[in-house]
Amino acid sequence: MILRLAGVSKRFGAVVVADKIDLDVARGEALGIIGANGAGKSSLFNLITGVVTPDAGTVSLGGRDVTKVSLRNRCVAGIGRSFQIPRPFESLTVFENLLVASEYGREHGHRGANELCGSILERTGLAAQANTLAGKLTLLNRKRLEMARALATQPDIVLLDEIAGGLTEAECHELVAFIRQLNQEGVTIVWIEHVVHALLSVVSRLVVLEFGRKIADGEPHAVMNDPEVRRSYLGIDDEVAA
Amino acid sequence: MSSPQPAAAPEPATGRYRVRVATRTAKAFWLVAIVIIAVLVFAPAFASRPMLQDLILVFLLASLALCWNLMAGYAGLISVGQQAFVGLGGYALFALIIVGGFDPLLSIPVAALIVALLSIPVGTLVFRMQGAYFAVVTWVVAEVFRLLLAQWRELGGGTGTSLPRSATNDMIGLDFVAELFGVRSAAAREIIIYWAALFTVVLVVGGCYYLLRSRVGLALRAIKDGEVAAQSVGVSTTRIKFAIYLFAAFCAGLVGAIYFLQTSRISPDAAFSLLDWTAYIIFIVVIGGLATIEGPIIGAILFVLLRNTLSGYGPWYLIVLGVLGIGVMLLAPKGIWGNFSQWTGIHLFPTRRRIEIVSQASKDAR
Ligand SMILES: Nc1ncnc2c1ncn2[C@@H]1O[C@H](COP(=O)(O)OP(=O)(O)OP(=O)(O)O)[C@@H](O)[C@H]1O
Ligand SMILES: [Mg+2]
Repeated sequence: MILRLAGVSKRFGAVVVADKIDLDVARGEALGIIGANGAGKSSLFNLITGVVTPDAGTVSLGGRDVTKVSLRNRCVAGIGRSFQIPRPFESLTVFENLLVASEYGREHGHRGANELCGSILERTGLAAQANTLAGKLTLLNRKRLEMARALATQPDIVLLDEIAGGLTEAECHELVAFIRQLNQEGVTIVWIEHVVHALLSVVSRLVVLEFGRKIADGEPHAVMNDPEVRRSYLGIDDEVAA
Repeated sequence: MSSPQPAAAPEPATGRYRVRVATRTAKAFWLVAIVIIAVLVFAPAFASRPMLQDLILVFLLASLALCWNLMAGYAGLISVGQQAFVGLGGYALFALIIVGGFDPLLSIPVAALIVALLSIPVGTLVFRMQGAYFAVVTWVVAEVFRLLLAQWRELGGGTGTSLPRSATNDMIGLDFVAELFGVRSAAAREIIIYWAALFTVVLVVGGCYYLLRSRVGLALRAIKDGEVAAQSVGVSTTRIKFAIYLFAAFCAGLVGAIYFLQTSRISPDAAFSLLDWTAYIIFIVVIGGLATIEGPIIGAILFVLLRNTLSGYGPWYLIVLGVLGIGVMLLAPKGIWGNFSQWTGIHLFPTRRRIEIVSQASKDAR
């Protein structure tokens, strides 16, 4: 098990963002997460990466309890993450953004950083912007940069937070193909996405969150047909519709 | 294909990418810089004593300004207590010479090392504070050291003390320099101090540039743009900031030791002066250009020129400095060099890394 959450809970005042969440992610798996706005999806990523510490429960990575480990050390331990609202290093160029990540990430101080970053730039469609200041990018390219920078840390597991929104059909297709290939190369994927059709063409397992609770977890099509999920996430009440 | 290794990179693509940092102006500049350093090394052969004294001051102030700039402009650490380390450097030197009986020249690096060691516990304390509190605490710490050293009887207590002539008269290298330039020992001493100051500024400029060009420079800018994002790509933000703080303390120690060896006199008020070692330094950085290497050097030269021009006018000196500082902040907030390099695109110390994709090997690359 590469990632395990056991009884993880977190609340901000009256808002419960995680309610006794248990989640196991196997090495090499591709997992999708859906849920309505404010369901606690991004918060779950914050709990996994260490931006936020849980009120209760444990997070373990590769069998090691990392609940009290810092954000920085969890990155070094192999978690890469994209932020839903992009946080590029604006005064650095796109290439330099990747370079920091590869110099300080999982294999910090390694040789071949230029090669790694160059190839990620090409694969994520940012090669033409390589020497542009990240602060000058469009929103779409900022999202690409989020994913590219996370990959530059050479993670074992990468957490992607809503990266498909706003893409054209063709771009979405490319993204799906790329993530699928990453997964085939051995990177574990956890992907939060509102663009469900894109998500479903990559993941082999789907988790649904509602008010910080995990309400479904399993084979994607079965989960999508679950009445509770249809009501909660899709807003379709089967009984009323029937 | 499905190796367990994380494989964000595709097949090895050695040599397909080339990364450049240098620009043409920068290359030309390095030749000029070597000439300038060479001229400065031999300056004692032709420069007058007042000229050397001014240069010593420029070197020392530029060193302090560069360190302050490294902390404030790059690491986001606003310290108003660098006088703590300048003062400690001076006092450590006096203690080594007077109490320990060490050679003055050798005492300079030892004093700086002592300061760097002392800055570890001091840093541990002040790093518990953020932003404005950090600034206040650095100042408080400097005041505490000033009060503590005023209690040291052997070093003159609150009124301070002078170096005994005997201690500096047989300083290492003194006879050699005196003979080389055919000067008396006071002048020879000044030449040695001049070289030490020159060495310091070259060390600081080189150190800053090396740091900013290395991965640490990237990390510093990343931290400034977003601390959480920087940590989430593996940057250990406190460790880097602390290392910068230590480097700045070491350099301030060097400056203090050299400066007070030059004046041969120390007192708590002079050693821990907020005005001399922090306020003027901030002025120098602001007029020269924050977050540049060139700016603090230009600022220090300008400061010493101004000081010499206005020295006869008493309080007007401070008023002119204040007006100038505020004027620059309002009209040209990037400082002299910041604006110049924005207009011209010239960077003498380039740090920006450009990647060139050499071959068009992958046609499927988008
Ligand atoms: N640091 C915080 N402090 C206070 N409230 C927070 C904090 N972080 C998240 N919340 C609240 O927790 C709830 C869940 O937020 P979260 O960002 O996890 O939702 P989400 O499922 O990612 O939603 P979306 O689909 O809109 O991205 C929201 O109501 C949000 O306002
Ligand atoms: Mg979210």
